[in-house]
Amino acid sequence: MADIKDLETYFNEVYGPVADWMTDFDHANPAYNENAHALWDEMRDKCPVAHTTRYGGTWLPVTHEYVSEIAYDTDRFTSRSVVVSRMKPSLAPDMPPAPIGTAPPISSDPPFHHDARRVMLPAFAPKKIAAWEGDVRALCNELLDSVAGQEVIDAAVDYAQHIPVNVIARMLGFPLEDSDLFRKFVHDVLEGVDEPVHVRQPKFDRLFDYISVQIEEHQANPREDLTSFLLNATIYDQPLSMRHVAGSIVLLLLAGIDTTWSAIGSSIWHLATTPADRERLVREPELMPTAIEEFLRAYAPVTMARLVKEDIDFHGCPMKAEDWVLLPFPAANRDPKEFADADKVIIDREENRHSAFGLGIHRCMGSNLARLELTIAVEEFLKRYPNFELSDTAGVKWSNGQIRGPRKLPVRILPNK
Amino acid sequence: MRVKVDTSKCQGHNRCYALAPELFDVDDLGTAFVLNDGVVPDGLEAKARLAEKNCPEYAIVIED
Repeated sequence: MADIKDLETYFNEVYGPVADWMTDFDHANPAYNENAHALWDEMRDKCPVAHTTRYGGTWLPVTHEYVSEIAYDTDRFTSRSVVVSRMKPSLAPDMPPAPIGTAPPISSDPPFHHDARRVMLPAFAPKKIAAWEGDVRALCNELLDSVAGQEVIDAAVDYAQHIPVNVIARMLGFPLEDSDLFRKFVHDVLEGVDEPVHVRQPKFDRLFDYISVQIEEHQANPREDLTSFLLNATIYDQPLSMRHVAGSIVLLLLAGIDTTWSAIGSSIWHLATTPADRERLVREPELMPTAIEEFLRAYAPVTMARLVKEDIDFHGCPMKAEDWVLLPFPAANRDPKEFADADKVIIDREENRHSAFGLGIHRCMGSNLARLELTIAVEEFLKRYPNFELSDTAGVKWSNGQIRGPRKLPVRILPNK
Repeated sequence: MRVKVDTSKCQGHNRCYALAPELFDVDDLGTAFVLNDGVVPDGLEAKARLAEKNCPEYAIVIED
């Protein structure tokens, strides 16, 4: 990936510099994720629904009330596409129509959504996921072993990014050596949002071509993994269509990778920059469950999106059919009307109704897996390195686009106090 | 004290089950349900309140 300076230049060439973040924001401009918390606070005071004409018209509500209202309103807002890009459905004739969409069930609307989701939920039930604990712990330790003895490690590049990729590849029964490719797919779909359709569509085609090869391999050699599970699954007493299987695999492959990687990275970033919290968590490891929920609240990585179905007035905002609406759950999580001391990270916060995994019918299906990976990744990192700090503040780079988290996170390992 | 899960609101975040497994369980689809007909045994009132205060969907109802 190009560095931040280049990306800024690039975005400015494509769309011109952001003139005003309230009326002309660009969520994929690197400055957005770098300054997200301050920007959302300012929008909450001034708007609270920001707007931009970019991407063909995009709205950004930042209060918990508005974000949840839209998340619950599947009549006026469709999930047909949940990544704001230049590829609107009317400009992308290959995009499958509602209510199924490209990657069911995340791209699906009721009533189909409910039935497609039921197929997959049992694979992600808490008791199923708990069985992965030992594997995830072993993986985290292997990764830590691989950089043992180094004074400076990149907690995003050397550690966080590998954890969810490795786990989902094993769950799907995909080759572990294709990890770099999976991260490229994630980058193409979630960060390459500013590209025109004729550039973006072929990247989706390559992703689906890869999935097709994996499906064929599983048809020839069925086994105990999620890919074979989907190939054997039924909906309305019929096997899932191949398009449905491939779309659901795309969802499983992409949705858990940079999201979890971001949550792990942001948590480590917080512990590197807040010695009091790090020392307390080392001293009182029983606080880990509330600390993890608080990191999920304060650094929630995922902003989802909807498309407006028909022209509506949303609290005074004239939303037009096929306008994008971003659903920044991370901003909702920092709304002082919903959370006491919303801007403070309180690792023993007792009451925490955060919506890091979304709200309503599209609640993240992988939330149990994400929590498991995040908890173990933070636990094992702290066990190995109770004392560390950022080695180079300017060296921290945040992602761009709807998934927010550190992509470079150089930390210096310090002697244990 | 009694607890209830409003299944029309529950979306399977599983927070209640994680925080108070003595009071809640979840089915294969992740939907929560109460144990012991929702009767909260003496001494577990604080856990019931904790579950209620951590449900993002406001699906847990406490009846004192």
